Amino acid sequence: MSGALDLFSIAAISVGGFFFLAGTVGLLRFPDPLCRLHALTKVDNLGLGFIVLGLIARSDGVFGALKLVAIWALVQLAGATSAQLIARAIRRKEQIGAKSAGGSPAA
Amino acid sequence: MNALGAVDLGLALLVLAIAGWTIAAREAFAAIVGYVAYGLLLSIVWARLFAVDVAMTEAAIGGGVTGVLLISAAARLRQAQTAEDERPTLPLRLMAAALSALAAIALGAVILSLPEPGPSLAPLAAKNLAATGVGNPITAVLIAFRSFDTLLEKVVLLLAIIGVWSLAPDRYWGGAPIAPRAARPVGALTFLAQLVAPIGVVVGVHMVWVGADEPGGAFQGGAILAAMWMIVMMARLSEAPPVGAPWLRAALVAGPAVFLIAGASGAVTSGAFFALPQAFAKPLILIIEAFMTLSIAVTLPMLVAGPPRRAPL
Amino acid sequence: MTEFLLAAAGLILFTVAVGLARVLRGPGDADRLMAAQLLGTGGVAALLIVAAATGARGLEDVALGLALLAAFASVAFVNSGAPPERDDAPEAASK
Repeated sequence: MSGALDLFSIAAISVGGFFFLAGTVGLLRFPDPLCRLHALTKVDNLGLGFIVLGLIARSDGVFGALKLVAIWALVQLAGATSAQLIARAIRRKEQIGAKSAGGSPAA
Repeated sequence: MNALGAVDLGLALLVLAIAGWTIAAREAFAAIVGYVAYGLLLSIVWARLFAVDVAMTEAAIGGGVTGVLLISAAARLRQAQTAEDERPTLPLRLMAAALSALAAIALGAVILSLPEPGPSLAPLAAKNLAATGVGNPITAVLIAFRSFDTLLEKVVLLLAIIGVWSLAPDRYWGGAPIAPRAARPVGALTFLAQLVAPIGVVVGVHMVWVGADEPGGAFQGGAILAAMWMIVMMARLSEAPPVGAPWLRAALVAGPAVFLIAGASGAVTSGAFFALPQAFAKPLILIIEAFMTLSIAVTLPMLVAGPPRRAPL
Repeated sequence: MTEFLLAAAGLILFTVAVGLARVLRGPGDADRLMAAQLLGTGGVAALLIVAAATGARGLEDVALGLALLAAFASVAFVNSGAPPERDDAPEAASK
């Protein structure tokens, strides 16, 4: 393993780790559910993405690298779908809440 | 080694904390999310203990089947919301606490009284691994060395199905259950199911296939396949089959039946019940695994789908 | 390098574990679910890193399984928020 590749791995994994940190801080500190959801999706694509990028540099062979990319793609798909679904659920709940409070449904 | 030690310690504390929270949580849904997180952490713990096969099972069952089962159950319970007025009385809670503490103390005492080093058949199993022809010791133990236990574990799943189905009212007997699913088709969910299900089927079969020589096996692969059938039903792309369907019944019993036939033929050919003739050990194990996978993949979604709730056509 | 990778895996795991505070605090069920989702992604990342660091076999398959099922809890949650489905009406039974 050459030094340059190691350095690349370290850099990419560190960046990925930073996004995990940022996503967690966002999940904990952002004021409302939709903002928190936004923070979460960054972790799925950028956080895991950079880590997979860093690991690809160390993977043995094309198939190992492809497997990593496949796992990332699956997490992306799952993350994007559940973000959609959760956002819908949050909106539905808000609308029900607005109606029962007597106000007009939130736009 | 230091980094790893710190990770292990942290993991152990985290698992305990989540377990405590899951028990203490008042609201069903909060407890369930805690439990799902607990399962995720457990699967990482198993991976750290080098029990990768168990980690896979935990990931597949905890991430797929149990989560859906519990969340759907919580939703049903919420419709019949009585939690507030059915709060257990103080003496009842004290008694429950005392009983739980007693069980915990008994378990702890048993574990502390185990001899050191514990009795183990592992060296014996490892020595005879070559005779089975499979490279994964877990698979060899499950299908060859303790086949009777494995068979009974699958029979337990069948009993569970019979138990669930027996909750059906008479007029629905033979009809189809309504699996937990979206109230109406949702674009994002349909897209997910259409994309993930074929990939998951490949992954499930892969896990069974590599299970002969690498971590994996019938239960892990079967649980993944089961999850794929569930996502297809949850997205309303397909319906749960009527419980009277002959193909369903056949698929449910296929695994235990084939296992039993192989075991019985062992009594004839090799002189002992469940003795697999050495020359055919590996192909036999693979055939048994394949049918087991089928049965598991069908049993788990039907357990989640529940009793029949539609009249037979 | 191995040491760095293990430390990174541990840090990621603990970062997302801190996020589990959302499971405790809520306030909504969706918030709790997001914390579990984050833990799932963190678990996949940690497993992949440990697999690369130690070369342990099969860990990637565990991560693959987790990735495959990552959306399940969310799907079940959203479905469970839908109005309950009625069992077949008696008149349908006579058909």
